[in-house]
Amino acid sequence: MKTISLSIIGFGAVGQGVASSILTKQNYLKEQGFNLRVVAISDSKGSEVNPEGIDIERALKRKNQEGTIAKSNQKALDIIREVEHEIVVEATPTNIKDGEPGISNMLGAFNSGRHVVTSNKGPLVLRFLELKEAAEDNGVMFRYEATVGGAVPIFNLIHEALSGNTVIGIEGILNGTTNYILTRMAEERMPYEIVMKEAQELGIAETDPSYDVEGIDSACKLVIIANSIFGQNATYRDVNVTGITKITPEALELASKNNYVVKLVCEAGKGHLTVAPRLVPKRHPLSVGGTLNVASILTDLAGRITISGKGAGSVETASSILSDILYIIKNS
Amino acid sequence: MIVSMTLELKDIPGQLVLALAPISELHGNIMSVVHQHEEKTPRGTIPVQITFEIDQEVLNDLIERLEESGVKVARVGEERLRSSVSVVLIGHIIHSDIGDTIDKIDSTGFAEVVDLSLSMPAIEKTSSAYLVINAVGEKELKKALELLRDVANKKDLLMIEPIMLNSVTS
Repeated sequence: MKTISLSIIGFGAVGQGVASSILTKQNYLKEQGFNLRVVAISDSKGSEVNPEGIDIERALKRKNQEGTIAKSNQKALDIIREVEHEIVVEATPTNIKDGEPGISNMLGAFNSGRHVVTSNKGPLVLRFLELKEAAEDNGVMFRYEATVGGAVPIFNLIHEALSGNTVIGIEGILNGTTNYILTRMAEERMPYEIVMKEAQELGIAETDPSYDVEGIDSACKLVIIANSIFGQNATYRDVNVTGITKITPEALELASKNNYVVKLVCEAGKGHLTVAPRLVPKRHPLSVGGTLNVASILTDLAGRITISGKGAGSVETASSILSDILYIIKNS
Repeated sequence: MIVSMTLELKDIPGQLVLALAPISELHGNIMSVVHQHEEKTPRGTIPVQITFEIDQEVLNDLIERLEESGVKVARVGEERLRSSVSVVLIGHIIHSDIGDTIDKIDSTGFAEVVDLSLSMPAIEKTSSAYLVINAVGEKELKKALELLRDVANKKDLLMIEPIMLNSVTS
């Protein structure tokens, strides 16, 4: 039995999803020979630390009832530096302005010799290379499957299963909110504003949806893909971005009559990064509906490989994080 | 350029190879060959339709080589508008003069707008259009798309192009 200690920094939907997945999969993981011990959890108001392992069930209940995990006011960065553990799960919210507190948390972890698994896009969009080098310099791993495509294992697929292939390009739908809006507009012939309202009521779109509908979220994911797969040092400014706010139901209908759907597609090739609404043939593998995400990878040996799945959700994102945690355990 | 030719072959073995060899010698890319052995011409020769892509400069050389080897070239024609793309435009399409937008493509000489559907929900609302553009080849099609992108940009129209299918890098 391999016992691994980890901290969960950021206890929103993703952090709680990770905790509850570790809890529900406890027996399964033990059968595989892994004992995951959560020694610290931290949210914006405070933290709980227990080197013997936190009672996850009670922690989740307390968060649910009191709105915070806080038992003490020990700061996230102090926990990362001072509490003995191997893996930091960095699940604080994405901030694409300055990447904080993610960047400090990640650099703090690397400099303390701890591996980082994250779902937080901000730091990777702003300072990917620096973070990657900090991990390498300290001989630890940096895993970020959950930053792009939720449950869809894009980086694992390319870096592990397709290793040996040269990736020529990637096309994908990496934002579930816009996919939902475009799918509903096409199916119901409803204008953008009404579908947006519906999406907000269902919790699929944020109160301020601009981050999604203007293509910013998609562009951030594309930047991470470019950096991770093409070894670039791209930032948000390198992406040519067009959102979906101008799309009319009539345009979708005209496209549909001619056997096309319109999707907000991310495209990455060497030296070219674009997010824009595109015509996708109805029977093409990229034509997935609802909130689904999809990535189609064009490689020299394997040809085209396409995967799709749930791009958001607390447990779905936790699937990618858990997979990264287990990768680190198996390979360290 | 893409060329379609009708050749007439003698009804003896080895003639088809004789007809195809010069095309590949001159780096032509054969796209289709229709060889109907049972449909002879009144002259007793066998007609063959060949379509291929080749540099315009070597076309006369090719015809010479074919005639020299005893293959009769009965017809030579250029295949135009082989490539096609669909796009959707959204914005004030009519007010920004759709006629002018189409003219810009048609006046290139290598591309044409061959289909147009319009949808105009109300006067003050933006309209949407679906266009099909044909061009003589892929290169020309790309140029036509660049031209349309430029026009759409100037006229503040949202242009929705197809995904790039099998050529992500191009």
